[in-house]
Amino acid sequence: MKILKPSNMKRCIGCYSCSLACARNVHKSLSWKRSGIRIHSSGGISTGYEATVCLACDPPPCAPVCPTEALRPRKGGGVIFKEKLCIHCGECATACPVEAIYFDPVKKIPVFCIHCGRCVSFCPHDCLEMAEPSKEDGNE
Amino acid sequence: MNSMFKVLVVDLSRKKSKVEYFDTRKTWIGGSGLAAGLFEHFADFDADPFHPDQPLILAIGPLTGLFPLMSKTIMSFMSPYNGQYAESHGGGRSALALRFAGYDALVVTGRARKLTCLGFGSQEINIQDVHYLKGMDIFRTGKVLRGLKPRNPGHRSILRIGPAGENRISYACVNVDTYRHFGRMGGGAVMGAKNLKGIIISGDSTQDLPHGRIKEYNKVYREIYSTVTESGAVRKYHNLGTPENLIPLNELRALPWRNLQSTHDPEIESISGEKFADDLLLRQVACAGCPVGCIHIGLLRERFGHEHEYLYRQVSYDYEPIFGMGSMLGITSAPGVLTLLEEVEKLGLDAISAGVALAWATEALEKGVVGIDQTIVDLQFGNVQAYVQALTHLAGQDNEFYLELGKGALVAAEKYGGEDFACVLGQEMAGYATGENYFVSQALGFRHSHLDTGAYSFDQEEQARDIHKSIDYMQSQEIYRILMCSVAGCLFGRKAYPKETILKALNSTGLDYSEQELDQAVQAIQAHRWAIKFRTGFNPDEIKIPGRFLEVETWKGRTDPDYLFKLKEKYQEVLRTLAEKHVFTTNGDQE
Repeated sequence: MKILKPSNMKRCIGCYSCSLACARNVHKSLSWKRSGIRIHSSGGISTGYEATVCLACDPPPCAPVCPTEALRPRKGGGVIFKEKLCIHCGECATACPVEAIYFDPVKKIPVFCIHCGRCVSFCPHDCLEMAEPSKEDGNE
Repeated sequence: MNSMFKVLVVDLSRKKSKVEYFDTRKTWIGGSGLAAGLFEHFADFDADPFHPDQPLILAIGPLTGLFPLMSKTIMSFMSPYNGQYAESHGGGRSALALRFAGYDALVVTGRARKLTCLGFGSQEINIQDVHYLKGMDIFRTGKVLRGLKPRNPGHRSILRIGPAGENRISYACVNVDTYRHFGRMGGGAVMGAKNLKGIIISGDSTQDLPHGRIKEYNKVYREIYSTVTESGAVRKYHNLGTPENLIPLNELRALPWRNLQSTHDPEIESISGEKFADDLLLRQVACAGCPVGCIHIGLLRERFGHEHEYLYRQVSYDYEPIFGMGSMLGITSAPGVLTLLEEVEKLGLDAISAGVALAWATEALEKGVVGIDQTIVDLQFGNVQAYVQALTHLAGQDNEFYLELGKGALVAAEKYGGEDFACVLGQEMAGYATGENYFVSQALGFRHSHLDTGAYSFDQEEQARDIHKSIDYMQSQEIYRILMCSVAGCLFGRKAYPKETILKALNSTGLDYSEQELDQAVQAIQAHRWAIKFRTGFNPDEIKIPGRFLEVETWKGRTDPDYLFKLKEKYQEVLRTLAEKHVFTTNGDQE
């Protein structure tokens, strides 16, 4: 299965269209935060932009810490979330090594990239792509 | 339509804040309309612009964050430049940050006892002592503010002033997120008078999409996004950007050079949009919520050692700043323009106003109207290093001459002489020497800006010397632009947002205006804005059009003074009639 890769972030202009598209289309919200892809500069805009997004770890370190198995490994990397099973503890967000899980303070659920690719068509500079995972993408 | 405007009101004197709600959405729409409505509510029309009670207002629009290019924030205040109601529009991340902080507007009143930074998000408000930033430039200030609360990197906007704002220069600007500004009419000085060094807006909350209309909203969004990214409607703003205008305007003999002593120069190639793009363009960046990416960042590389030792800086450029710090000062090297733009940025001055003011000072020195004991440096057109020094003297108000120049070129000219060649039309001219319509439009325009009516375009039409057609053009443009600025969209998006599209966008989010209701609201906002402007001292009869504008030679030939003054007289009547339509309900009693 393909995964979302922010392969060309040096091209990013900081328009946030990807984040807003994810929030709008996946999470039915208007937000910079409730989005599986979050864009930020590091130390001011002159340093350029980075994308915080699920790396599709395989196996994912967030899944085993979930006490109710609400997060389960996704085939090809990343996780699938079963909201009904979530007890809102936030352990998954703490376990993510790259802070790609945003623990939504209102819904009290994890928000992360589900590798659906709906943000890709909203990037005007082709910074994002859906691609097959490479060896480096997983933890193994 | 039933949601009220949610406004954060911060009193710096008492270090207290409150949230207020205003049930005026249908009347004021948002942006320019909301800012004017709030100004009437909070301002003291008869007090000094620097009086602590005067509000500094930031307002966003009903479409902010919901649609592409709806990325502007409207700042309004009593201008220290002319003592009148003023608006300035800025981008960066400011609009979306305010949206996601959960407010439609911010109103700051009072004066902090010490230099202060106001930081807020959806669940926090901090008023922090930053006395240690006194006199600090824009860049260092930005670095320090990034370490203060609220910490929310990537999802916040940082507004700050430099020494010019602290010293209350009449055209001190407010820097937004390093590369954007609230410029021109002195918003930076108003912040300075409030002892407000910076504002950090944290966009940390999530909001609901329009209830029951998500399908329709998504459809309208996709249509607009496609128009913006695929139709070519805004392509020019991304490619060369606004500097694309330099060569065409120079060819039209409409580009001001050397204090408007000329409108054309063969050296144009050295500071053209193409030159910047080919040799110095590092990359483009965007305002949050806008896929266009019109902000052009140039690479300024400087050798500082005998060996190959270099430092570099990133400097944003646009058409207007290249005019202000370039052609108007006779600078004919692109790195020279960037050097001056970096300096003006660092100090927190408006690049256009400062450039035009220094252009007047240069000619005044040339003509012996003032001496070097006043200018301190030997100002000469084309001399970059002299202007670097002069900018520092200007921001620092280092003597009486620079103190007066900091109030505007015409103020200095009234004291020292040389009024005829002060290129001031209500404020220091923008970079369009296109002809009579534009000169009158800027002189009398609401913001004294080329953006008020776009009359520089009408100057280029065949019927350019028809008073009735000119007034019709300016009025229809003003009405549309007020609508665009009330939904708080970027004016670069005009082709993507005809009125019908704005109406469709509003309706898709549950703001059910009929076309007639929207028209009526915009007309009411227009009358209201003009009424406030007149009530705060605007008197078009007193607005001068200095002699230099009558000597200008464009592709049409010389300025026609007869047409110009008749147009001015007619336009004044139109504006007075507009202002009389508004009845003040709160602050400003009708005289």
